[in-house]
Amino acid sequence: MPRVHFTPNLARHVDTASVQVDGATARDALDAVFAVRPQARGYVLDDQGALRKHVQVFVDGGQIEDRQALSDAVAPGSELWVMQALSGG
Amino acid sequence: MKILVSTRKGLFEVDRTDGWAVGAAHFLGDPVSLSLVDPRDGAWYAALKLGHFGVKLRRSDDRGATWTEVAAPAFPAGADGAGPSLSDCWALSAGGADQPGRLWFGSIPGGLFRSDDRGESWVLVESLWNHPLRSSWFGGGADEPGIHTVLVDPRDSARVLVAVSCGGVWSTPDDGATWEIHTAGMKADFMPPALAERPETQDPHRLARCAASPDVVWCQHHNAAYRSVDAGRTWAAIEPPPSHFGFAVVAHPTDPLTAWFVPAIKDEERIPVDGKVVVARTRDGGVTWQELRHGLPQSHAYDIVYRHAMDIDGSGDVLAFGSTTGSLWVSGDGGERWDAVSHHLPPVYAVAFVQG
Repeated sequence: MPRVHFTPNLARHVDTASVQVDGATARDALDAVFAVRPQARGYVLDDQGALRKHVQVFVDGGQIEDRQALSDAVAPGSELWVMQALSGG
Repeated sequence: MKILVSTRKGLFEVDRTDGWAVGAAHFLGDPVSLSLVDPRDGAWYAALKLGHFGVKLRRSDDRGATWTEVAAPAFPAGADGAGPSLSDCWALSAGGADQPGRLWFGSIPGGLFRSDDRGESWVLVESLWNHPLRSSWFGGGADEPGIHTVLVDPRDSARVLVAVSCGGVWSTPDDGATWEIHTAGMKADFMPPALAERPETQDPHRLARCAASPDVVWCQHHNAAYRSVDAGRTWAAIEPPPSHFGFAVVAHPTDPLTAWFVPAIKDEERIPVDGKVVVARTRDGGVTWQELRHGLPQSHAYDIVYRHAMDIDGSGDVLAFGSTTGSLWVSGDGGERWDAVSHHLPPVYAVAFVQG
């Protein structure tokens, strides 16, 4: 199962403990997290479900390419990191 | 007496004991666009615009001791993810005394949202969002159009006045079911001459209503100032000195002839005239004016006062305004004299008295 980690900068707003979830894409994995932490969704995704402009998601060391649909594949052993971008502060 | 000051780097309480002083800080480091003190139940609301994580709404039921995250409005999903997303909170207003739990939220882009459960959930007012003229709105203070003023008529909570930068002054007689636009008398110099009076392209920067005489509404427009005596249906031009451009306006709560403006030079020179901060006041409905300068900087001052950054208390005597350069001034005598509370706050977005 992929594991999802969050930037510590989110910790003062929502639960950011790392979590293992099911999923074959970044969208699947994040949706699985948001299913149990619904408040976190709006911090990471915009109203249309796309990645917020100043949020980055890395899968196994690379930035995801599909910021709209989050269709980037994840493997059972993947590590996902949800990070705040350098821009946007 | 207390003022809530929303800034680029947090929400600050400013208290009067012996004098005015900055007190507790909330959300330090985070941009706070607006606050609302609900006169019905005393709740405080703060709208945050987190640079990375979006617009958030927090509520405090214990005067700022603790805050709870409530829902932020969201636009409905469009086809293929093509719909809009909330960019900022530009209006936050309590509903009428007979509407417990009702809040109005105006956004950038120009959405009006309604809550009937103290912000726990929101619905987009689709009657306005889907109005055919909305497509003619365009950005004014921001790249996208925004709703910055929502005024509930204290005589009839179903009658609500909404102002948009940029497009026009809108009103509903039926709690948002239907909408009319009324800008007769307004003129937009930024439009081609033949289109200068087109209602949906007017840019009212801010409206302020006399609480005791709600038919009297004042407007700081992009090109002029106006006063309405028929609840915003028609508008008569008035001329606060020393210039016609500005953002902030406040109305005296009981005297329908008195209001205050904070003029700047003009739209392409958004600085005070001659580097001197001035408040313009009329006490006769805009016929004559006083330029109030005592206590305000009169040399090399480049403070701009945003549209939500001036407020008046319920007595009509105490005013406060904050500026883009972090100054905050308070007057206890209707603007005759101003005291600087601070020159070192973050850029001020909004000022709100905690009434009562």
